[in-house]
Amino acid sequence: ICVSEMLQLPLVVTAQVDLLLVLVSLLAFWTRLSHLNYPNAVVFDEVYYGQFVSLYMKRVFFIDDSGPPLGHMILASGAYLGGFDGNFVWNRIGAEYPSTVNVWSLRLLPALCGALCVPLVYLLTLELKFSHLSALGAAVLLLLENSLIVQSRFMLLESVLIFFVLLAFFSYLRFHNAPSSWLILSGVSCGAAVGVKYMGLFSYLLLLVVASLHTWKLIGDKTISHMNVCVQSVHRVLCLVVVPVLLYVFWFYVHLSFLNRSGPHDQLMSSAFQASLQGGLSRITRGQPLEVAYGSQVTLRSSVSQPIPCWLHSHKVNYPIRYDNGRGSSHQQQVTCYPFKDVNNWWIIKDPGRQQLVVDTPPRPVRHGDVIQLVHGMTSRFLNSHDVAAPMSPHTQEVSGYIDFNVSMPAQNLWRVDISNREAESEVWKTILSEVRLIHVNTSAVLKLSGVSLPDWGFRQLEVVADKLFKAHSSSLEWTVEEHRYGTSQEQKEREAELHSPTHIDVDRKISFWAKFVELQWKMLTVKQEESEHKYSSSPLEWITMETNIAYWLHSSTNAQIHLIGNPVSWGVANLSLLAYQLLAVVYLLRRRRGLKDVPDGVWDQFVCLGCVCVGGWLVNFVPFLLMDKTLFLYHYLPALCYLYLLSPALLEHAHTHLLSSVTHQRALCVGALAVLLSIFLTYRTFCPLTYGSPELSAHQLQGLKWRDTWDILYRRR
Amino acid sequence: PNSFQTTFTPVSKDKNSQTAGHLAGGDTQSSNGPSGQFLARESIESPSKVLLMLVAGLSFSTRLYMITEPPHVCWDETHFGKMGSYYINRTFFFDVHPPLGKMLIGLAGYMSGYDGTFPFIKPGDKYENQNYWGMRGFCATLGSFLPIFAYLIVLELSNSCTAAIIAATLLIFDTGCITISQYILLDPILMFFIMAAVLSMVKFNQQRYRSFSASWWLWLVLTGINLAGALGVKFVGLFVIILVGLNTIWDLWRLLGDMSLSLVDIAKHFLARAFALILLPVILYVTIFAVHFVVLNKSGPGDGFFSSAFQSRLIGNNLHNASMPEYLAFGSTVTIKNLRIAGGYLHSHWHLYPEGVGARQQQVTAYLHKDYNNLWVVHRQQDNNSQSGNPDLVRHGDIVRLEHKETTRNLHSHLHEAPLTKKHFQVTGYGINGTGDANDLWQVEVCGGRKGDPVKVLRSKVRFLHRATGCVLYSSGKTLPKWGWEQIEVTCSPYLKETPSSQWNIEDHINPKLPNISLSVLKPNFLEILLESHIVMFRGNSGLKPKDNEMNSKPWHWPINYQGLRFSGVNATEYRVYLLGNPVVWWINLASLGLYLTMVAVASIATQRGFSLEHSLVLVRGGGLLMLGWLLHYAPFFTMGRILYFHHYFPAMLFSSMLTGLTLDILFRSADLLLHPPYSYWFQRAGQLLLLFSILYSFYLFHPLSYGMTGPLAHEPGSAMADLKWMDSWEF
Repeated sequence: ICVSEMLQLPLVVTAQVDLLLVLVSLLAFWTRLSHLNYPNAVVFDEVYYGQFVSLYMKRVFFIDDSGPPLGHMILASGAYLGGFDGNFVWNRIGAEYPSTVNVWSLRLLPALCGALCVPLVYLLTLELKFSHLSALGAAVLLLLENSLIVQSRFMLLESVLIFFVLLAFFSYLRFHNAPSSWLILSGVSCGAAVGVKYMGLFSYLLLLVVASLHTWKLIGDKTISHMNVCVQSVHRVLCLVVVPVLLYVFWFYVHLSFLNRSGPHDQLMSSAFQASLQGGLSRITRGQPLEVAYGSQVTLRSSVSQPIPCWLHSHKVNYPIRYDNGRGSSHQQQVTCYPFKDVNNWWIIKDPGRQQLVVDTPPRPVRHGDVIQLVHGMTSRFLNSHDVAAPMSPHTQEVSGYIDFNVSMPAQNLWRVDISNREAESEVWKTILSEVRLIHVNTSAVLKLSGVSLPDWGFRQLEVVADKLFKAHSSSLEWTVEEHRYGTSQEQKEREAELHSPTHIDVDRKISFWAKFVELQWKMLTVKQEESEHKYSSSPLEWITMETNIAYWLHSSTNAQIHLIGNPVSWGVANLSLLAYQLLAVVYLLRRRRGLKDVPDGVWDQFVCLGCVCVGGWLVNFVPFLLMDKTLFLYHYLPALCYLYLLSPALLEHAHTHLLSSVTHQRALCVGALAVLLSIFLTYRTFCPLTYGSPELSAHQLQGLKWRDTWDILYRRR
Repeated sequence: PNSFQTTFTPVSKDKNSQTAGHLAGGDTQSSNGPSGQFLARESIESPSKVLLMLVAGLSFSTRLYMITEPPHVCWDETHFGKMGSYYINRTFFFDVHPPLGKMLIGLAGYMSGYDGTFPFIKPGDKYENQNYWGMRGFCATLGSFLPIFAYLIVLELSNSCTAAIIAATLLIFDTGCITISQYILLDPILMFFIMAAVLSMVKFNQQRYRSFSASWWLWLVLTGINLAGALGVKFVGLFVIILVGLNTIWDLWRLLGDMSLSLVDIAKHFLARAFALILLPVILYVTIFAVHFVVLNKSGPGDGFFSSAFQSRLIGNNLHNASMPEYLAFGSTVTIKNLRIAGGYLHSHWHLYPEGVGARQQQVTAYLHKDYNNLWVVHRQQDNNSQSGNPDLVRHGDIVRLEHKETTRNLHSHLHEAPLTKKHFQVTGYGINGTGDANDLWQVEVCGGRKGDPVKVLRSKVRFLHRATGCVLYSSGKTLPKWGWEQIEVTCSPYLKETPSSQWNIEDHINPKLPNISLSVLKPNFLEILLESHIVMFRGNSGLKPKDNEMNSKPWHWPINYQGLRFSGVNATEYRVYLLGNPVVWWINLASLGLYLTMVAVASIATQRGFSLEHSLVLVRGGGLLMLGWLLHYAPFFTMGRILYFHHYFPAMLFSSMLTGLTLDILFRSADLLLHPPYSYWFQRAGQLLLLFSILYSFYLFHPLSYGMTGPLAHEPGSAMADLKWMDSWEF
């Protein structure tokens, strides 16, 4: 009997755990995955991510500044599995998918991640050393959260992010409780979380803080040998720092090696980068001579892509004698920066000492430090600057195509070539690769794109000036030769014909992965999208009370609609537990400081760990938004919310076991908790029509669901 | 002279107890009396005084040397000199900083015989016969205290004269600190209060074993006073308040854990600190503002930023003892002011919304300055000519048409989204000479009124409801981009909640057909004025965006001394002063930050593994405080959206220099960990000498940056500074 009992008991226990977990997981799959292909229309931000998925399918290069590429790749792999060919125009929310698009597969991976979050929360609570009941509570809270369900069921990235973050914490705590190979999984998940969205970075940093606190304790443990401490620390650094960083770079490696065709965002990148993509610039620049020589015909592209990429340009129109504000100009030929390919973008590099405009045989390359003149190909005017205020930026010098009006304004048309990314002092000026500053010899001013548009007299082209100030770091001073050929015709007529002819033939140039990675990363962080308020955008403080909702989709003819609205009861529970934890923590801390230990040390450690992970997780996922001036939406709050759902049941358990002494109180608490769970379930049911988009509700019923005045629920006028 | 006294005398008095406190060290042990520690302190005592005199002498002589050069307005003197003059003339103005600094400048000018008549129009204006030296001298005097304070702070924290003298030397011979102290600016005043607050705090910390003694109280109260001073000069003072706050919390936490103290004792400690560090500074800060408002009682350039009620206080403002028709009538010409604080006047001008921003009609904005374009004429729905005889009053519920006086366009709204607040509708000027369409009609609603109530000028809160769409005229408070002249957006909000943003009052009211009646405007009480001026200041601060040709300095530029500021002169012929730190000093500081972190990491890991290091306590405690000070005065700038300048780094630089003193001293003294006695001593001396020499020599090289230079610029041939342009970004 004794043996059979011993055998029976653990068996029963494990079976129970599994059942709960399995049950919860099944429910999660059911809530997240059922009727996944309804509505068969573009829902909310699918319109945004969809375009990138299409570009992936076509292997066309793009930049998205909203996050690193792993998220897009995951969405794209779902699309790939479903056989999506990228032929769908993502232009408006609500557009119907054609039958060729497998909607189910597009939405499958985010929904899977969303479903897996539920069992993960269950396991994570166990790793925080709370009971199965608490774990079940946390899982149910997550399971019945309408906003998480909505966010998981479409082609969006939040559920993926939450999944990886939870996985990272779960595996780390599993490692901490019983050292094993779980740590490497934690590192991988961190790398994945950061790779999906930059928001993941904050959770990653929190995990690093928790890990370093644990490591610090380890270092202080004098029973362990120095050697052992070293090995353990290095192990942690490898898994939690090196692995995520390498993975992060790896996502970009995949991204860049996969997307090798030129596309809509080419223009944002440097010429060298563009040349490495198939089609686009590389088609034009193939076969160009590498070294710029005297007599070369070139187009000069400004290195900045703000406000738009453009080429140094001139045309047969002069600056107006007087500007609108009464200032005078030199009335010489306009020099501008023009954002389109044009024959007027061609310039010829001339040796000041010689008359000829053709390349010698062998060509004499231009080197860093050489003084040159630039002759405009179509008008033969020399690029010139002088002490006349520029039209729009009067603190800088005007740049013109020199015309001699015999008004004692001599030509000042010598420019010194300064290659800023040179490796050697006498480096040759290279097509595409060299970033060159043109320094005006007479005044030491630097040719610069000011970024201001000229008025109508300048055809709204961009102003080019020479700036005397040595604000040297600005990349608006740098120019690269993009199209290039050796000039062969001395006569002006022939030369014009030559300029009109297309440039020639083949070989492509490679830049290294690292150069591409650094450039892409830099562009992603610095490209600024226009800041505009969205109809459903909200401020972070409104999230706590769920002041706003987001309408995701409205049926094209009926009142069926999908909204991002959280479960108000769970939301309230989450806020309450956050408050309760902080209060309790303050009271505990003050009393412990006075030597009054309310709970034993083991429980205290458990309580602190809970706070570090949950309250800390909420803080790092919420506070940064307060400082951002981006357009923000309610769904940005979901990661923070998950941490609170993790906190609530655990805190309840803590109160039950350690704060309430009498059995009646404990029972009352249990009854209260049950009642809350029941009402959570009921609210979940109530809001289901807005979560799943069916069944359709009448206007009256919809009015009934408008629990807050500020929610925006749509009615269709019949 | 007063502050000089307070910093000097107690130094010698409290020495013993400080030593005791310091060496006893730990958190919870109490001191058993200073018997053994006398010797240690005695040996420091005498050289420290001599060194202090030396520091003071050098500091004053470097700061006051050539104080009147150049004899023209330099850089921001044009603002702060002007504001000093406003105090002397008692003219009301608006500035984004609290008033103490400018009040002190005004006072210094007044005492030294400056009469407030110099206009300070732009940098480069010659002072001619004006007495400007008093204001500059005052700032320089306060600036001269910085090295002295640094010396005393480091001495307290590290108990080492060498560390203190290194910190002081770095500051004395830093060209940046000299330059920024020599002109009429807020920074030397601000830094004076910051450093004085830190010094008092450090001194107070050393009094911890003599609780509630006279010197304990003295330093505590001094800390509070200096905090109020720092915040009263610039809001940057908030950072030192946080530093002191954290230190106090830490201190109280220590006391709480001291089981020998009863809860009553702890409550006493808490209350004492609450009084001296919260209540007292608040009272002082409020007093500063009270003085500000009492002194400035004449109308001036800052009026428009404030509400109608506020303006009625100012002598010379048209609302002061205002006389105008009491009730709004049809045919009146009015200005309409938004009730949101710093909301601005309803404004329009001859410019259209640009393409892509709603309909291409005339812009309607809110504007903070008084201007002819703020005038609107109230018309009936139909007729354009007001009838003869007594005009009808506008009443609650009436439909009006508001015509912009200057451009004769009607206030108009329609279902296009507003330029910035996309949830609202666009408001434009539409039609000409009064002919428009149905979208020009607005219903007047007096808040809290009933149908038929007349609209009282100045006192009624009015809302304008758009007839066609039902939205309400609203000022969002967001600044329009350049096409809108950086004025404030006006929209029509579909959300009808009553907020100050949607409420307006009628400020100026001209109607020749109605009798003018003297109106007593409800005078706001002091707290309302205080609150209003703060909100206006914060709005102004966050609204400071970079101008066109101004370089926006980035916070990461600062510690590497990347780029300075031109104080005076651009061309070769002019007398040039360039605010730039002494690169040697700044780069030593930068390296020391890294060094400090490394040393702390090594020391704490060693301690954690059970080794004990001699200086680790000073390194962690004293250095930690300074490091925290540096971080608090530097890190927040990364999150600020407003325009930033190089000189914002100087408070942080003070902390960084003090940290350098402490770090390098400990580094030199730790030589005995690796070297044997005679060599370690030699190493220590050699290090100190090398440091001193390099600082002095670099000061000799770079001193023209502060004391002025003429002749060709550094990158031109023949310049005396030719070899000193170590970075391309320097512009001297």
